[in-house]
This record gives sequence, C-alpha cells and structure tokens, in this order.
Amino acid sequence: MSDTLAPAARRARHGKPARPPKPPRAASLWSDAWHDLRRRPLFISSAVLIGIFLIMSVFPWLFTSVDPFDAASCQLADARKGMSGAHWFGTDNLGCDVYARTIYGARNSIVVGVTTTVVTALVGGLLGLVAGFKGGAVDTLFSRVTEIFFAIPSILGALLILAVFRTGNVWTVMLALAVLTWPMTFRIMRAAVITAKSQDYVVAARALGASAPRLMFRHILPNAIAPVIVVATINLGGFIAAEAGLSFLGVGLRSPDISWGLMISDARERFLEAPGPLLFPALFLSLTVLAFIMLGDAVRDALDPKLR
Amino acid sequence: MKKTSTSVLPAGGALGDEPLLAVDDLHVEFVTRQGVVKAVNGVSYSLNPGETLAVLGESGSGKSVTAQAIMGILDMPPARIPRGEVRFRGTDLLRLPEDARSQVRGQRVAMIFQDALSALNPVFTVGSQIGEMFRVHRGASRRDAEKKAVELMDRVRIPGARQRVHDYPHQFSGGMRQRIMIAMSIALDPEVLIADEPTTALDVTVQAQIMELLAELQRESNMGLILITHDLGVVADVADKIAVMYGGRIVENALVHDIYRAPAHPYTKGLLDSIPRVDQKGQELYAIKGMPPNLLAMPSGCAFHPRCPYRQDNCVTEAPPLYEIGPTRSSACHYWREVLDGSHG
Amino acid sequence: MSRYIIRRLIQAIPVLLGATLLIYAIVFALPGDPIAALMGEKRMDPNLVTIMREQYHLNDPFLVQYWYYLVGLFGGDFGTTFAGVPVTDIMAGKFQVTINLAMTALVMEAVIGVGLGLYAALRHGRAQDSMVLASTLVLISIPTLVTGFVLQLLLGVKVGLFPVAGVTDGWRSYLLPGFVLAGTSIAYLTRLTRTSLVETLRADYIRTAVAKGLPRRRVVGRHALRNALIPLITYLGADLGTLMGGAVITETIFNLPGIGQQLFSSVYLREQSVVVGIVTVLVLIYILANLIVDLLYAVLDPRIRYE
Repeated sequence: MSDTLAPAARRARHGKPARPPKPPRAASLWSDAWHDLRRRPLFISSAVLIGIFLIMSVFPWLFTSVDPFDAASCQLADARKGMSGAHWFGTDNLGCDVYARTIYGARNSIVVGVTTTVVTALVGGLLGLVAGFKGGAVDTLFSRVTEIFFAIPSILGALLILAVFRTGNVWTVMLALAVLTWPMTFRIMRAAVITAKSQDYVVAARALGASAPRLMFRHILPNAIAPVIVVATINLGGFIAAEAGLSFLGVGLRSPDISWGLMISDARERFLEAPGPLLFPALFLSLTVLAFIMLGDAVRDALDPKLR
Repeated sequence: MKKTSTSVLPAGGALGDEPLLAVDDLHVEFVTRQGVVKAVNGVSYSLNPGETLAVLGESGSGKSVTAQAIMGILDMPPARIPRGEVRFRGTDLLRLPEDARSQVRGQRVAMIFQDALSALNPVFTVGSQIGEMFRVHRGASRRDAEKKAVELMDRVRIPGARQRVHDYPHQFSGGMRQRIMIAMSIALDPEVLIADEPTTALDVTVQAQIMELLAELQRESNMGLILITHDLGVVADVADKIAVMYGGRIVENALVHDIYRAPAHPYTKGLLDSIPRVDQKGQELYAIKGMPPNLLAMPSGCAFHPRCPYRQDNCVTEAPPLYEIGPTRSSACHYWREVLDGSHG
Repeated sequence: MSRYIIRRLIQAIPVLLGATLLIYAIVFALPGDPIAALMGEKRMDPNLVTIMREQYHLNDPFLVQYWYYLVGLFGGDFGTTFAGVPVTDIMAGKFQVTINLAMTALVMEAVIGVGLGLYAALRHGRAQDSMVLASTLVLISIPTLVTGFVLQLLLGVKVGLFPVAGVTDGWRSYLLPGFVLAGTSIAYLTRLTRTSLVETLRADYIRTAVAKGLPRRRVVGRHALRNALIPLITYLGADLGTLMGGAVITETIFNLPGIGQQLFSSVYLREQSVVVGIVTVLVLIYILANLIVDLLYAVLDPRIRYE
C-alpha cells in the first residue's frame, strides 16, 4: 500500500493520489498477490477442491477399488439400486457403480480442461504478445482473423469440427475447442501488451537499446500476463462444461470412455426413479467448474485490488 | 421560497455572536482493513458572511475530509464522526435528521470540486445539470429550469450560454467546465460556498480568472467562502484568514497578512519558503524535507516533528496544544516564539 | 452517422467471407459422400448421381465450389438442399424457434440479471450482497446440461409447471428452456451490473449529485444508473449472438426444432448449403448485434461520436 490513506473509497474521493504512482514491478505484484491469496477463503477452498480433483484424475484407484472399465464390475441385475455400502452413489441403468464411474470420469474432464487452456494460452498469448508489440500490419491481420473466430458460435463450430474427425476423444475435443477459443486469450493479451508497452519503464528500456525479444519477454510479458492467467483459469471451467455438452450431443467422448457429460445424458431417461446416476456426476462436474471459476476470481481480486 | 428549512434553521439575518458556520472540535475516522485512520483530529474553524477562509494543507492533511463532513457527503461507513459539531447558523448539522440536512445541502451550503470534468455527469447536458437544482429543490418546470440555467451561465460569463446550455461537459474547456460547476453551486444563492481546490486542475492564467469570478460572486451575494487549497499562492489575494492543516489538525490560524509577514508554525514557514520568489532568483528553492505523515501510524507528540527544523526533545513526546498567540492568531507549536522571531529575521 | 454504419458494414465483409470460408472448408472436409447420404440404403441410378454432382458443382475444386456459393449468397440465394428445397425455407422456421428461445432468454437475463445486480450493488459489502454473489457463482458453475435436465424433469415432468418439451404450447414452451439457456448469462450480467453500479457510485459526479442535495433515489436512479447502464447494454447486445449459437444443447434437451437441431442433422447429411447458411446467418446476426450495440453506445454516452 503506497498511499498514506489506504482505503479505495477515500482514494476515489480524493481525486488525486497522495504520491506519484510507482512503476509496477512484476515481482512485487505477484508476491503481494500470493501473500494476499494465502489468506483468502475463496482461494483456499478452490485450491483444495482442485487438488482433490487433480489427484482423482491421476490416481483414481486411490478413491475406489472398483475398475469401471472392467465389464464384470457391472451387474445388470443390480441396475438402478440406491445408495448402499457396496455402491456409495448407487448403480446406473446397466448396474455399474456410479461412484467408481464418477471418480474415473474426472480424468477426461481435467485433461480436456487443462490441455485446452494450455494450448489456447500459448497460441493466443504468443500471437497476442506479437500483435500487441509489433502493431501495424501484423496486428491488423491477426486482429481481423480473430474477429472471424469470434463471429462463429463456438459450440456449433466445435460440433462441426468434431464431425470431421469422426472419432471423439479428449484430443479431438481439445483441438476443436482450442481452434475456436484461442482468440479470447489473444484479445486479452494484446490489450494488456498495448497498455504495458506505453508504460514509462518500457519506453525507458527501449530508449536504452533493449532488443525486441528482451523487451517483449523480460519487460512486457511479466506485466501483461496477469489478466491472461485470470481469464485462462476461468475459461478452464468453461472448457470442462463444454466437453460435457459435446459428449452429451454425441460428438465428444463416446462410450466406453467415461465422461460426466455422457453419464448425465445416459441417466436422464430414468432420472425421476433413480436421480443418483445423473446428480452425482452433475455435482462433480459443477464442483470442478466452480473450483476453477473461484480460483480465477480469487487470483483476479488479488491482482486487482481496485475492485475489492 | 425556502421550503421546510425555515422551520428547522433560522433564515438569514442577524446572527448574534454565532458565526455563519462553525466547525468545532471535529473528528473524522475511516475504518479500514489496516486499522482506523484518523483523518481529522479536532479541527475547529469559523466563517462569517462575506468572509473568505482559506484552508491550507497537503494531500492527506484532512482539509477535504473536513469539508465533506460539513457537506455531509462522506461515505459512512467507512467514515465516522466520533466527536465534534458543525454549526450552521447555530444548528448542529451533524445532529440533524437526513431530510432536514438535505434541505441545507446544495441549497444553503454548496460545494465545488477540483476536477470539473469528473465532477460533472458526462451523460447529461450542462443545462440539465444546472437546471436540476431548480427542478428538484424549487419544483421548476423544465423550461423555467433551462431559462435559469442560461441566466446562471451568463452570470459566470460563459460565452454563448443560450446555445451551449445543450452541450455536454466534455465539450467545454477546463476553465469553462469549472465555471459550470460554479454556476451549479451558486444556483440557489447558498450562504456558504466551499471550494475544494477549485483551480488546481487548471492552467495558471485560467486559475486567476476563476479566483476573480469567485471573489466577485462573493461580493455580490455576501456569502461565506471556504477555499481549500494546497497552494499558498492562490489564496494571498482573496482570503481574509487562513487555517493551516497538517496531519488532521489545524497547526496555525491567522489573518492572511499576518501569516505572510511572519508565520508562527514551522510547517507554515516551510510552505512559504518553498514558494519561488523573484528576489531569490538563482538561489536553491527551499523544500520541506521528509514525507507527509502516515495517518495509520502518526508520529508521537507533534506530528510534524520528524520534518521540523525547530524540533526539541519534548516535541517527540508532547503534542502541542493550539496556543493562542494573539487575538486572531494561534499556533500548534511549542516553539512558536522562535519560529516567529526567525521569520522576522 | 450513416457513413460510420456503411464503414462498419464494409469492415464486416472480410469477417463474413472468412467465417463462411472456414465453415465451408470444414463441411467440405466432412467424411462421406453427400449424394450417398441422401440416398441412404437405396441403390442409385448412376446417371442421376452424375447429373446431381454436376448440378451441385461437386466435381469442382473446393475454391470453385465456394465461389459459386458466394456468388449465390450475394444475390441473396442461400442455395438449395440436395433434395431441391431452398435453404431459406428450411432456415426460416428453424430460426424462428431459436430466435424465440434466445429472445426469451435475453429478456430473462436482462430483467433478472440487472435486477439482482442492482439489489446487490445497493447493499454492497453486506450479507445480501454476498448472498447474491455466491448464488451467481453457483449458477455459473452448473452447466446448461445439468440445469436443463434437472429443471425439465423436476418442474416439467414431476411438478408439471411447464411444458416438458417441444413448441406446441406457444410462448409457454419457451419459458423453461429460455431460463436454462439464460442461466450462466444471468449470473454474469448480475455480476457485471453490480460491479458497474458500485464503480459508478464511487465516481466524482455522484459525489457532486449528493452535494447538490438531491434525494438518494434521484442520485442512484438517474445519475448513477444512466452511466452504469452503458456497459450492460454492450454485454446484452453481444450476448444475443452467444445465446443463439449456444442454444443447441438447450434445444436438444427440450426437443425444440431450432437451428441447433437442424445443423446437427444437416451435418450428418453433409448438407453443405444448410450448414453454411445457418452459420452465415448467425455471423450476420452477430455482426448486426454488435453494430447496434455500438450505435446505442453513442446514444447513451454523448462523449462517443461516430464520424
């Protein structure tokens, strides 16, 4: 807190800051943010949730001894049983254990979410960095291209792309989503870079003869990356939800793959008599999405104290 | 014309001993995450009709917060007023119920702000913003309100008022916008006008014009003017008396010519010495060393002691009271005599 | 103003070209032969196949096919299906359904989102504010798929409050799907409204309005709201396109014969002209909605002037 009077309310009323603003230092921005995050309940609870889901997706057998891919684990005679000691979440239409399937469903959701986020952040982020930094024709070209992608509805576009692939698995779903959503990251990175580029410390570094790559990666990127990380985290939850939707539409993951979206759509017919097979994967799906959105919110609040 | 306000507050006229506006031992605090910030700590000043009081101090000295407390426009919470009175014609505004208070606010005590561009609503025409005073407080029709707005814009000498009444704030220059702000504030002939850094955001030449305008309007209407500024140069020609604030307290009270002749507080002296003067050309300009105090961690004793050239041991432990050093003069410095003597030399 | 509109429309041409080209290419890459798909299991007359391939330019290279499509498009001709039905005929009814759905969702979004957002903003920092914020988080987190099924089965099937599926109940058919489709947007708009109003209430001109002695009702309802509304309009306008494009899941759940379902079946029949036609209209709607938003911006914010 550089002001003698910290509260935003007073700062806003005062009209001018007590002292000239300091040039931002990326390191202190992040360490301040980290310091602030560690004591936020929103951050702690989302981090714990995400941790659990990550472990679940890597080591599902830690949570259940049933292997849902083993056909013998399903007994048709046990179909649509309620919750019991043997089947914590009950069984589905085919007599499979809902708990084990829900646990094993985490991996596909997390893999789609994480890989799509990483790919869009890398592609969109890098292009945004270049476009924002170079400006001119490069910027115009990239920006026009992203406008095209913005104009295409992403679920419908993904549906088309997946129809081309014929097979639906985590990688094709990831690709379909990434192709259509990288412009979001691009736009945010570009705007952040343009802001950072005109800051005094960048102008000074340029005047001192810093090379273009050094300017981009050493001076601009660390100060422009915060909004990209925030949006990427929030989008991650959206990608997981999109995977569920595409799998429901029949173009995403397919049986025998296990996906929360598939489980939900399989369970709908008998929902009123056996709600468990729909509600449990729905709960896990929603909790995962919630955890990433909360994390994104917490990080944004920590990086942008103005909105508190 | 003055609607329900007459029943609560005496209208103009004889005041007896009571000044037009009296701030008495005012305390304002802000409750923040980092702790309680004591922004104003026992400020007192008074104002009579036709008089101009300049309140001088740097950012964070509490001068604007005091003004906002008088207006009743502090956000409470986070702000709170644990102690003190703001008497307008003898009635403590702080104890008034909100509806009675809003009859005073804007109509009898008005305020103008530093940055007219952000202080005017960007989406309404200036005419409607000035006319709003008549529409809301006087129940005027849209057409009458606009007519009044044109008259006021003429009065603050905005050229082509009749045409420009339909323009938006961003279409005016900085000086013209501040004139609009002034027109809005004097719309209902207030008895007190508080101007919070009215010229800080303006060019030097425009600053003088705005100050002249304020002085002229004051002469015409005999209103009391509180001029809040951090710039000693602005107040010299227009103020009658000066209150210097530091760290939420008044550190010196004086008539304007007294203070310029010989300041009685080291802070005031520092401010005066840091004004560039023609006869000191070529010499290094004086600057008060150190930083303004952190209101969350106020220095012990006298708040100014870390920056004070006159500091003695007891300044660190003992907060000075506001010493009466003359009939119209006071200073919150244990060593005001030394400061005064030093000033004469 | 009109020059600005024309310039914007000209700028939209490359977007439209790029989007149609992209979609055309994807559909071109779809596996399988469209004529074979049309005929299904039946054996077909080789002569007829040759004639049809010729008629629909199926033997030409990709770019030539695209060129023929474009020429038709700029003449207002979206082409015909392989069965000879004009694409516009097919789209008209489907778009009607999707537009009804999206509009219902948009109205719900505007009313509920702005209402809740204002409620929260005026109680900023208090318990009610936190409650609204928490419920928006929950609403954002539950995917359409889940809200759709659960509400359909509970409120539709079990309680019988709303029609379960289809469009045979007139406007009532759209209430539940509209809400499901609007869900996430309601939550985002609530948050945006809250942030926008809270920020506006901190503005200097609000302090001025208070200092003028205006009643709080007028300070909030006139001075703050007029300014806080500006970003909300943008969001709502841009969201119309999102809602229409995202309607496919809701349409499938509630069995509404909209563009989502049509697109779905057309993809499997490789009905190039229908698929591209639908996406083209969606892109046009997106472009027009954004243009209208920009023009509204100028009406709401006098600082913006378009030359």
